[in-house]
Amino acid sequence: MSSATFNPNSFFIADKAIDRDAFQADLQDVTCGAFVLFEGWVRNHNDGRDVLQLEYEVYQPLALKEGQQILLEALDRFDITRASAVHRHGLLALTEPAVLVGVAAAHRGAAFDACRYIIDEVKTRLPIWKREHYADGGTEWVDCRKKPSATE
Amino acid sequence: MKEFTVKWFAAYRDATGLEEQTVLSAAQSPAELYAQLILEHEKLAHYTRALVAINDEMASWDAPLKGGEQILFFPPVAGG
Repeated sequence: MSSATFNPNSFFIADKAIDRDAFQADLQDVTCGAFVLFEGWVRNHNDGRDVLQLEYEVYQPLALKEGQQILLEALDRFDITRASAVHRHGLLALTEPAVLVGVAAAHRGAAFDACRYIIDEVKTRLPIWKREHYADGGTEWVDCRKKPSATE
Repeated sequence: MKEFTVKWFAAYRDATGLEEQTVLSAAQSPAELYAQLILEHEKLAHYTRALVAINDEMASWDAPLKGGEQILFFPPVAGG
């Protein structure tokens, strides 16, 4: 995303590096004394393997709909003023932000709680998948294979 | 027999080698349809069954199917 196109209280999918300043600027509100920002970054290891980069696949029609629904739930449940989130798709390098959640509220308690709620729901409800590319040359979709102990 | 359009994503697409397929089936629910398709795509058995959507709405595995629907099978999600 290049310019300040982040309307508040909206969920976005971005195919380029996320403009953190624009994202944050659109959440500013004179009635708010607290702003909580969560960033999920691409790290260099998972399950004991060295990770070189991450690839995100997103099914946009449903991800946008369900992401928006999560924000509406947060605005309804917590005493907050604004909430937005943006998730990347495509190939990401180490340290790049994959997801941002921003919440503005009059006071910090509700802002922290709502931010935690939104990121937790985003991780379990949105049709988004992550493929790790490893230093040893392999790739794997995260959390998709049955565990060896599974009896199903 | 009813006709369905099935779309595969991420790990499922790799396992089936398909993005989309047309299926003739007597399945009454996504669960029955998935059970039928595991027989056709044996590699699916290595992956966890996770979420399903019907015509771009999240759905339950025992939702009734009339025929003609687009069924989206989602592997376990991993956003964030």
